[in-house]
Order: sequence, then C-alpha cells, then structure tokens
Amino acid sequence: MFETLAWIIRRDVTIALRRRTDVFTTLIFFVIVISLFPLGVGPDLDTLRLIAPGVVWVGALLASMLALEQLFLADHRDGTLEQILLAPQPLSLLVIGKVIAHWLITGLPLVIMAPVLGLQYDLSGEALLVMLWSLLLGTPTLSLLGAIAAALTLGLRAGGVLVALLVLPLYIPVLIFGAGAVEATTSGLGGGAHLSLLGAILLLALLGTPLATAAALRVSSE
Amino acid sequence: MQNRLINWFKFSSPATFYPLAGRLAPIFWVVAVTLIAIGLYMSFFVAPVDYKQGDGYRIIFVHVPASWMSMFIYLIMAGWSAIGLTFNTRLSFMMAQALAPTGALFAFISLWTGSFWGKPMWGTWWVWDARITSELILLFLYLGYMALVAAIDDRRRADRAGAILLLVGVVNIPIIYFSVKWWNTLHQGATIRMNGQTSMDETMLLTMLIMALGFWAYSIAAAMVRVQSIILEREAGSTWAQDLIGERA
Repeated sequence: MFETLAWIIRRDVTIALRRRTDVFTTLIFFVIVISLFPLGVGPDLDTLRLIAPGVVWVGALLASMLALEQLFLADHRDGTLEQILLAPQPLSLLVIGKVIAHWLITGLPLVIMAPVLGLQYDLSGEALLVMLWSLLLGTPTLSLLGAIAAALTLGLRAGGVLVALLVLPLYIPVLIFGAGAVEATTSGLGGGAHLSLLGAILLLALLGTPLATAAALRVSSE
Repeated sequence: MQNRLINWFKFSSPATFYPLAGRLAPIFWVVAVTLIAIGLYMSFFVAPVDYKQGDGYRIIFVHVPASWMSMFIYLIMAGWSAIGLTFNTRLSFMMAQALAPTGALFAFISLWTGSFWGKPMWGTWWVWDARITSELILLFLYLGYMALVAAIDDRRRADRAGAILLLVGVVNIPIIYFSVKWWNTLHQGATIRMNGQTSMDETMLLTMLIMALGFWAYSIAAAMVRVQSIILEREAGSTWAQDLIGERA
C-alpha cells in the first residue's frame, strides 16, 4: 500500500520536474506579490516590519490557491484519474500521495523562498525562523484543504475563480495562526502556541480532508 | 383509521412533495406575516427604551433573529446534505439548494443591521470583532456553495458536490469560529463586548422570540416556494409534471 503511495509521489514529482515552468510560475507569482506591497504601502521599514507576516502569508495563500488547478487536471484530461479511481488501494491514500507531491512541487519552494523575502521586510532572524516553521506546518494544510476544492471543481468552466471562492474561507484559520505566530514572535510573546495550533490543524486536515477529496473525486468523475 | 403507521418516505419523492409544499407555503406565509407584524409592533412600541442605548437598540430585534437563522439554516442545509448522501434522495439536495439563498439573505441582513447598530453605539460601521468576522465568513460560505451548485451543469453532480462542500463547511465552522475568536483576543483584548448586559427585560426577550419564530416561518415559506420551482424545473420531463402543467393550462 505504501509502495503505491511512494510510487504516486515519485511519478507526480517526476512529471512536474519535466515541466519546470509550472513550478516556477507559482514561485515567481509569490515573489512578485510580496514585492508589490512595499511599492503600494511605502518603503518605511517600521510599517513593513509590521505587515510582513500578513503579507507573506496572504501571498502564500494566493500562490497555493493558484497552483491548485494543476492538482488533478492533467490526470483528469489524459484519463489517469479514472485508473486511479479504479485502483485497489484506498482512494484517500492515493489522494494523500498526490497532495504530498503537489506540496513538494508548489509549497516547499515557497517555504524556502519566504525567509529571503522576509529580509526585504527587515524581519529579525528569530522571526524569520518562526516564519519558516509556520509555513512549513501551514502550507501542507493549504494543499490538503485545497485538494477538496480542486476535486469539486474538476473540469468546470469557471474552475479557477470558483476554487478561490470555495477555498479561501476555509484557509482563514491557517492564515490567522500562521501570521499570528510570526507576529507573536516579533512582539516578544513567542510563537509556540500558534505553531502548536498549526500542527494540530495539519494533523486534523491530514485525517479528514483525504476522505472528503476522495468523495469529491468520485462525484466529479462519475 | 386502520393503518396508523406513517410512511416517512412518502414525501421524499418530488412528485408527492410538490403538492404538499404548495399547501404548506401559504400557511407559513400567513404565520410569518402575522408574527413579524406583531414582533415589529412590539419592538417599536411595546418594548421599553434601553437605559443605556436609547432607541437605537431596537434594531437587535431584527439583527439577533437574523443571525440565529443564518446559522441554523447552514446547519439544516448540512443536515439535508447528509441525508441526501446517505439515502440517495434527490429531494434532500433540492431542499438544501432551496434554503441557501434565504440563509445568505439572513447572513447579509445580520451584517447590515449590525453595522447600523455599530455606527451610533460604537462609532464605527465595522469592527473586526470575532462574531462579526465569523458571520462574514459564513456569508462567504453560502456564496461559495451557491456558486458551486450554479457552476455545474450536471444536476446529479451539482447536488453531490454541493453536499460535500456543505459538510466540509460544517466541520470547519467551529474551527473558523475559534480561530477568529482567539485571533481577536490575542490582537486587541476585549475592547468591545456584545454580551455586556447580563439581564434582559422580559418584553424584549418575548419580542425577540416572536421575531425569531416569524423568521422561521418566513424561511420555511420561502424554501417551500423555491423548492417547488426547483422541482418543476428538474422534473419538467416527467409525466406528473406534464400533467400538472397541462391541468393549469
């Protein structure tokens, strides 16, 4: 069973690495969005330090949302998804595999890039570290939750916009605790509690969302 | 009188439910109009003036029942979705879809009236209070559901996709509510508390309950009317619907 999981991760990552532009588009979008804020708000470092956690997290939210459409679409088009649905292994496990691969391709680069962007906002070393942790714990949850919306809107005309409408309200807890962790660190409270909550949400999402995604995939490809 | 057993599934078929909805709707319209009229009269003329907030507080007689309804309706829709997915009954999904616009309307009314109340009382139209923020997110959830159902052409898929979304939403609502609450308290502390007054005048409570019941009746009536059109639209090809249209014409 876990062989299949490893196989599906390896397969998706390989495919993605052969079409590198898709990976980079998400990352570049993230970088551009975050670099736009100082241009809009003004270069005052005190203000920037204040808004940095929120800006980086909202950027991560939008970037991960944009990438969601790719999650099942290619497999849906070439028929691979139907084979996955027919596979003897539980569908929710295969969904986890696909989500992990998706996160490795689109989420992990954001996590690695974020501290560099944080430097533009003059965040302290400690805050950068907490931001790295919060993104590391938070972005997989975004991918897991987003997978439900991606599965529900599979193959619809207005898919992209619809995903935003469905998924952004569900992202709110992650945004609150993710940005909150960094903010608590900069204000001297320590981000431990926020990080624990992010971890708890990740575990809950890992348990619940694959089932919902599997159900949604079956509905969408009937 | 021989067979007292009720067949619970009799009205789960759109064909038998359609006439029932048609009979129930006028009853609930009458109840709704009567109760809301009494409630409005009481809230304007009978309920005493609040010693602190003056006459401005009277908007809560609309605001609080609307907020209750917006939350209840989401739960009821999720309940219908669970029933629909379990028993595979088409009507359950239709009920969920018939309720959605009413729920969104109440969420909007709740935010709107809250804003009207906030301007004189708090001096601002909008505060990022935990309850207000959660109500706004609830409105987003309603809109997302309606957009998803409207975007899918295949009715069967639309029903099921919407139902899954509602169930995911219902699991998330407590998480969202608490995260917003903690975010709020962590941010700025309790500057404004809506549950400030501990005791409430009995007339006020009675008025609020009457209004809430009136809103209940309105929601049922509106849902019945809406479900009738949904049924007709979907079953237009079936024999009984053709007969019905034939009779009317």
